[in-house]
Amino acid sequence: MAEQEKLQVIIVHSAKYQTTYTKKYLNRKVWVEPNFNHIKSYIPGTVIDVLVKEGQKVGAGDSILILDAMKMYNDIKMPFKGKILRINVIKGQKIPKEFVMIEIEPAE
Amino acid sequence: MSLRRNILDLRKRKDEVRKGGGDKAMEKQVAQGKMTARQRILEIVDEGSFHEYDMFVEHVGTDFNMGNKVLAGDGVIIGTGTIYESPVCVYAQDFTVEGGSLGLMHARKITKIMDHALKMRVPLIGINDSGGARIQEGVNSLAGYGEIFFRNTLSSGVIPQISVILGPCAGGAVYSPALTDFVFVVENISKMFITGPAVIKSVLGEDISMEALGGARVHAEITGNAHFFAMSEKECFDQIKTLISYIPWNNTQKAKTFPAKEPKSKYKIENIVPADARMPYDIREIIKSITDNSEFFEIMELFAANIVIGFGRMNGETIGFVANQPKVLAGVLDCDSSDKAARFIRYCNAFNIPIITLEDMPGYLPGVDQEHAGVICHGAKILYAYSEATVPKITVIIRKAYGGGYIAMNSRHLRADFVFAWPTAEIAVMGPEGAANIVFRKEIAEAEDPDAMRQQKIQEYKDKFANPYVAASKGYIDEVIEPKETRKILLHALRISASKDVQGPSKKHGLPPF
Repeated sequence: MAEQEKLQVIIVHSAKYQTTYTKKYLNRKVWVEPNFNHIKSYIPGTVIDVLVKEGQKVGAGDSILILDAMKMYNDIKMPFKGKILRINVIKGQKIPKEFVMIEIEPAE
Repeated sequence: MSLRRNILDLRKRKDEVRKGGGDKAMEKQVAQGKMTARQRILEIVDEGSFHEYDMFVEHVGTDFNMGNKVLAGDGVIIGTGTIYESPVCVYAQDFTVEGGSLGLMHARKITKIMDHALKMRVPLIGINDSGGARIQEGVNSLAGYGEIFFRNTLSSGVIPQISVILGPCAGGAVYSPALTDFVFVVENISKMFITGPAVIKSVLGEDISMEALGGARVHAEITGNAHFFAMSEKECFDQIKTLISYIPWNNTQKAKTFPAKEPKSKYKIENIVPADARMPYDIREIIKSITDNSEFFEIMELFAANIVIGFGRMNGETIGFVANQPKVLAGVLDCDSSDKAARFIRYCNAFNIPIITLEDMPGYLPGVDQEHAGVICHGAKILYAYSEATVPKITVIIRKAYGGGYIAMNSRHLRADFVFAWPTAEIAVMGPEGAANIVFRKEIAEAEDPDAMRQQKIQEYKDKFANPYVAASKGYIDEVIEPKETRKILLHALRISASKDVQGPSKKHGLPPF
């Protein structure tokens, strides 16, 4: 049977079932552990200003970047005391959601 | 003026309105593979049954030079007709008139026919083909949308509401279809989105076509916004007519009955299901082996295909079928399939359609994506919908009924009226493989040959629990039946349930998890 050849496997409670996948299942988002040292855009928008420089030491809660999204200026703050490692955006850049804007590391 | 001249004048006025946006705009509409608004209505309703109202309504826009413009019928056609002699109210937006844009009077015409449909307790069919709000009329067009949404909600569960997307339907306009019972889309013609490609590009830089963003296939397969997908407008209209034949006019009536017919002999119910519970088959074959004339009208065929929903007839009466589909994702329950089934169960309950549930599923789909997508909340919808439903509810367990899924799929515990099981049914907290790994963890770990021990324990568990008799011994199953008796027993159960009457506690409304 031609259909038999296309069968794929789903495992539920250790049992393997012969079945087929849907397109949506194949395209599902695979989970990755979040990296708290990556400051990502939680909304798509435009970078209005970068307020820090690479290598700069920053305190928790300090503003590090302004992101314009949905007609609002979003003040992006440092989540903890630490250092700016890399800046991946420039003023005026349009970025999608989940874009790693700034990479940081916590202070010892 | 003599009567004759009056009549000629009237005809001239009507002809003028029927020209819509003019020959050029009409030609453009047809060149896109679309019918004109009037043609569409005439294709859907019985020949000669359509009556149009409010032909001479004029728009009220005055700003931005709109005052000088004449818009035929203000871009929308409303009226009444019949489909297979059942009365319906219809409206169709006319894209040739100012892009079918919605202004105040356009919206008033729509709400007028909506009010009429609700008052007369007959189905409403809305054909959407519009560029959106008429910007020149400002907040008046927003008011118009709001009035439509409110009436959609008011009519929900009282009269069937059908939305047909035959062109663009963008921005706020999409929420009227989303509030209705059934949405029909056509390949290459239907386009639905909140934010269009141009805005997405300017804000995000993402370049996407209208089709890829919100085309017919996207809504039929990915979002689940659309219930019926067709390759042409003609096919779409046939689907609408078929749907109308299956559903009642309103929530106080039953669907029309048809002469009973035996299923076709080519569907042999005993030959469809493989003995090995891990092998797939197409559950729709089982449905067709028990419905009248083996007919099954599937709904949302392309979305969450791991559960199958749709209408068939038993002894001439419309029945809603909910069935796990082992052929797709092993028939697991997940977020999408729960949403799909729950909404359908509520539809059947609202419109007095008995529900037959065919069960063969291994449980919920494991995965971080599912958990984070809220499978708890989504999965709860099925429990809610079945528990709440007071129409006759009958379940047939074909093979696997494991764990939470067993409870969810219209179990006795949610007050199913009848629960039948085939002798191949396995009703257990989980499959033998998983259960053996947990129950006999120690024995397996300590064995000289853990694999052999595991196989032995799986077999032990299988022999003891992988059958319908443990559940039957507690009365959770009413009868273990032979597969070939299924139709006969279902017909009997439906007959016994015909005057079912149960009342829950009085409340304003429940709080389903949505």
